[in-house]
Amino acid sequence: MTLRLTMLGPIMVIGSILVLFLWHIAVGAKSIPILTVAESLWHFDRTEFDHVVIRNLRLPRAIFAVTVGASLAVAGSLMQGVTRNPLAEPGLLGLLAGASFAVVAAVGFFGLATPGWIPVVAAAGALGGAVLVWTIAARVPGGATPLSLILSGAAVTAFLGALITLMQLMDEQTFESLRVWLTGTLAGRRMEVFVWCLPWFIGGLIIAIAVARQVTALAMGEETAIGLGVDIARLKIIVLICVVVLTAASVAVAGPLGFVGLVIPHVVRLLVGSDYRLIVPYSAGIGAAYLLVVDIAARLVLAPAEISTGIVTALLGAPFFVWLVRTRL
Amino acid sequence: MLQQVKSAFAGDHDVSGAPVAVGCRAISAGYGGQLILDDVSFGAAAGQITALVGPNGCGKSTLLKVLARILRPSAGSVSLLGEDLSRLPTRKIAQRMALLPQGPIAPEGLTVKELVAQGRFPHQTLLRQWTSGDAAAVEEAMALTDVAALADRPVATLSGGQRQRCWIAMVLAQDTDVILLDEPTTFLDLRVQVDIMTLLHRIAAEKRRTLVVVLHELNFAAAYADRIVMMRAGQIACEGTPTETFSSQTLDRVFDLDAQVIADPETGRPVCIPRRHMPNPAAA
Repeated sequence: MTLRLTMLGPIMVIGSILVLFLWHIAVGAKSIPILTVAESLWHFDRTEFDHVVIRNLRLPRAIFAVTVGASLAVAGSLMQGVTRNPLAEPGLLGLLAGASFAVVAAVGFFGLATPGWIPVVAAAGALGGAVLVWTIAARVPGGATPLSLILSGAAVTAFLGALITLMQLMDEQTFESLRVWLTGTLAGRRMEVFVWCLPWFIGGLIIAIAVARQVTALAMGEETAIGLGVDIARLKIIVLICVVVLTAASVAVAGPLGFVGLVIPHVVRLLVGSDYRLIVPYSAGIGAAYLLVVDIAARLVLAPAEISTGIVTALLGAPFFVWLVRTRL
Repeated sequence: MLQQVKSAFAGDHDVSGAPVAVGCRAISAGYGGQLILDDVSFGAAAGQITALVGPNGCGKSTLLKVLARILRPSAGSVSLLGEDLSRLPTRKIAQRMALLPQGPIAPEGLTVKELVAQGRFPHQTLLRQWTSGDAAAVEEAMALTDVAALADRPVATLSGGQRQRCWIAMVLAQDTDVILLDEPTTFLDLRVQVDIMTLLHRIAAEKRRTLVVVLHELNFAAAYADRIVMMRAGQIACEGTPTETFSSQTLDRVFDLDAQVIADPETGRPVCIPRRHMPNPAAA
C-alpha cells in the first residue's frame, strides 16, 4: 500500500511506461514485433519500411500519449487540491470546451495556420471557459460548491459544443479535418504542432512540481494554509496559469480528452497518500501510462478499425465519475 | 525569545507591565461591509495564556482572525513581537505565529506524522526541504502532545480528542513564539477538553509560548487562562486576571447571565455557577 518512501514506486512507474511505450508503437494497422520497434529506436535504418513507419507515425503518437496523459493528470490533481473539490478536472470545469472552441473558431473561422499560435489560442479559450464556469457557479445561491461548479461546467460545455457544431454546419469542408480532432485523438497531429507545444508542457510540469508543497498545505483548508505562511491568493493564480498552460497544450495536440484529469489523481492518492510532492509526479507518470493503455485499446478493440482515443477515455471515465459522485459528494 | 520583543509600537506593554507579544490598535473589521469589530485595541502578554470569551457573535473569533491575518482590518494595525504585521511577509509571520483554526479538516489519507510535519512548512524552502532540525521539532511536538504512538495512523481514523492533539502538535512543530487557537475544545468530551486545556497550559508554562485562545466554556477560561478578555457587541467589555474579571456583575453585563461566582476550593480560581430559572414547585 505505501509506495511513500521506497524506490520501488518510481521504478515500477517508469518501467511500465517503457514497456507500454514499446507495446503502443508495436500495435497498429500492421502489428510490428517489439524487437523491430526497439531496433528502430536504437539502430534506425531508413531503408526498412517498418522503421520509417515507426519513426514518422507511431513514435510521435506514443510521445503525444505520454505528454498529454501526464499533463492532463497533473492539471486535474492541482485543480482538485487547490479547490478541495474531488470532481475538479479540466473537462468537467469547462477548460477543454473553452480551448476546443477557441481553436475551432481560430482555425476554421479565421484561417489560423501558424502552429505556434494554436497553444496560445487554446490557452485563451481554456482560461475563458474556466472563468465563465466559475463566475456562473459563484452567482448560484450557495456559491461555488462542487455541485454548482459541475452543473455550470456542463452548461458551458454544452453551449460551446453547440457553437462548435454550428460553425461546422456553416462550412463543412474546412471543418472536416477538425471533426476527428474534436473527439480527442492522438492520431494525425503533425510533429510541428507538438514541437511548439513542448515548452508549454515542460513549463507547466515544472511549475506544478515547484508549487506541490504549497498545494498540500492549501488542501488542509485556507485558514490552516494562511497560518502556515502560504500566500494563497498568489498560489491560486500560479496554479490557474499552470492548469491553463497544461490543458491548452494538451488540447492543441490531442483535442479534448475528457476524464483523464479526474480519474488519475484519485488513483494516485490511493497509492501515495495526500502529499502533493508525491501526487504531482505520480500523476504525471501514471497519467502517461494510462493514456498509452487507452490508446492501445482504441486501436485493438475494433481492429483493424480504430476508434478515437477520446471515446475510450470517456467510456472508462464516465462510470468512474458516477462512482465518485456516489461516494465523495 | 522574549528579549526579541522590540518596542517599535509605543506602549507595547499591557497594564501589568508585561511586554505584548501580539496585539492590535484601533481595529475595525467585518465581513462584506458589515462591521463586527469597531475600534478595538488588544494586547496579549508574552508567555501567558489570554482567553477571548464572549457571547455568540461578539466578535471574538473575528478578532482572532484579524490577529492571524486571515481577515484584513479596514482600519487600525496589528503588531507581532513589536513589528507591524502588514509589513511582514506571510512566511516570516508564520515563523513567529502559528494558528489552529476552528474545526480543521485533514485531507483523506494523511498520517499523523505527515500532518505534524506540515508545521515545518514556513521553515522550509523549495531547495532546502527537510533537515534534522525539522525532524527534531516534529518529534518533540509529537512527544509533548502524546501522539508519537499514533505516528503512522491516518488522522481521519482517530477520535476527536486525538485528532485535536495532532493539530496542536502541528502548530507546536511550527516552533513559534505566538500560537492562536480558535475554540480548540469545541465538540469534545468534557474529559478530553480538560486534557486539551491542561496541554495548552503546559505549553505556555514550560515552553514560554504566548497563547491567545478563543474559548466557549467560561469555567475553562477562568481555570487555565492568565488573562481573560471579555467581548460584547464588537467591543472589549472588560479584561484582567480571572479573579478581576469574574463577578456576578460582569457575567450579567457581558453574557446576560444570572450566575453566582465562587472560588474553587483547591485552586482559588473563580468558578461560575449559573442560577436555575425554574418555577419552584415548593413555592407554588
